[in-house]
Amino acid sequence: MGEVRLIEVSKRFALRVGGAAQTVQALDRVSFEVEDGEIVSLIGPSGCGKTTALRIAMGLESATAGRVLVDGVEVKGCGYDRGMVFQQAELLPWLTALENVKFGLEMKGVRGAALEERAMQCLELVGLKDSRHRRPYQLSGGMQQRVGIARALAIDPKVLLMDEPFGALDAQTREGLQGELLDLHRRTRKTVLFVTHDLDEAVLVADRVVVMREGRVEEVLTVPLPRPRDDLATVRGRTEFAETRYRIWRALHALPATAH
Amino acid sequence: MVESVERQSQAFPEEEREARAATVPRWAITSASLVVALALWEWLGRDINPVFGSYPSAIAVAFWELARSGQLATALAQSLQPFAAGFGLAILIGVPLGLVIGRFRLLEAAFGIYITAGYALPLIALVPLLMLWLGLGFAVKAAVVLLMSIFPICINTWLGVRAVPKSLIDVGKSLVASNATILRRIVLPATLPYIMAGIRLAVGRAVVAMIVAEFFTAISGLGAIIINSANNFDTAKMFVPVIILMVLASLLTWLIGAIERRVAPWQAEIAGRDRE
Repeated sequence: MGEVRLIEVSKRFALRVGGAAQTVQALDRVSFEVEDGEIVSLIGPSGCGKTTALRIAMGLESATAGRVLVDGVEVKGCGYDRGMVFQQAELLPWLTALENVKFGLEMKGVRGAALEERAMQCLELVGLKDSRHRRPYQLSGGMQQRVGIARALAIDPKVLLMDEPFGALDAQTREGLQGELLDLHRRTRKTVLFVTHDLDEAVLVADRVVVMREGRVEEVLTVPLPRPRDDLATVRGRTEFAETRYRIWRALHALPATAH
Repeated sequence: MVESVERQSQAFPEEEREARAATVPRWAITSASLVVALALWEWLGRDINPVFGSYPSAIAVAFWELARSGQLATALAQSLQPFAAGFGLAILIGVPLGLVIGRFRLLEAAFGIYITAGYALPLIALVPLLMLWLGLGFAVKAAVVLLMSIFPICINTWLGVRAVPKSLIDVGKSLVASNATILRRIVLPATLPYIMAGIRLAVGRAVVAMIVAEFFTAISGLGAIIINSANNFDTAKMFVPVIILMVLASLLTWLIGAIERRVAPWQAEIAGRDRE
């Protein structure tokens, strides 16, 4: 199981602008859920609160009001039921690829042969077994993020929380990783909450898309594309893709939905 | 264009190393510079009254005499033992202190002020007082070295901790690591380049501290040779410990650089080393 439920989550914080205190409402009663095994994209312009929502779901930040439930259990801080994939991979630069994956496992208390075995297995899953002894600066951006994904997967979380994981990559690398993510999802059936600001990406990877604007959920759309979608070239050519993309685009611009 | 070339050279460190090997190696340039400087000194120094100055060959003779009489070895031991003790303690105390002050806001607010003030401490003024407390031997020298070197080490560590990206701390938190684990497994390694820079800065100060302590006590060590030779107008002899100390400090700095490259090899690869 791995079901995430955000219930009326609000987040306010104080900001000091030129001496005057200002309250910023980052999230305003945000509610949505990610079903078990589902991929949900969280999309919106920068500053809309999507990353804040993800960080609250992870337990890295606390909500001012509202609750986050993972399989019915309220989130209080970080836990091994959730694995985070960061925007810039955030590998520890003094560790090799393998050691970075092991790091998470060591934190979880895995020791001995199981540690080595599990870390290798996860690196193999992202296709980086041969680069295991390289340090982050010897890996390309795409490879770094694959190690980041392996590190999160290694602790075997129920839910993967991904914060614009491919946002810093070039277009081709990004497409490759989107395909790999779908492939990983098909094999592991992990629940995924995927924050992005890229329309295409939101549609390509997700079962449903949550559109956010100014701290609120604007709309939740279902993506009517069949799975598996590993062949992204074909998916892009489908009319459902273009239509869903256009519906999200309208929602992002706060335009009313059109009747197709 | 320039930027893309730089990126390439970072992506392929082997290639970069090969390219640099084709140019004149650094040590050769440094050695040539030293030879020229020594030759100039020898040439110009011979014309100066031996009370007011000296020159390399005269210093070499004085060195040989000091070494043969056993005076030099004794003085070196008398100086280096308290130096090692004081400097070692400065690292052992300064690094953990800087780590916790940088990491915990409460400790920073409570103790940061002493570290900043201590860095600016006019320690020389306090040496006579320290002598009253600790006597004229090992303890006072070690204490002066410790007090002179602990602050740059501590401040650099502290600054280094504050420069650790928040996102790396988030990685630890997201993996449910305890504060102690985050400090040891993430903050400490991320701060290592800063710590090494602090230790490097402290070497120079520690050498000065040792000599200052020995000037005041004037009984033992390299500092005593300096001050006693100066009082006897034996300038060549006075230069022997001065040069030994310079060589020693340079060696220590080099050693620390070598350790830095071993413990933090990623830093050299990330930082821009592409210089003219």
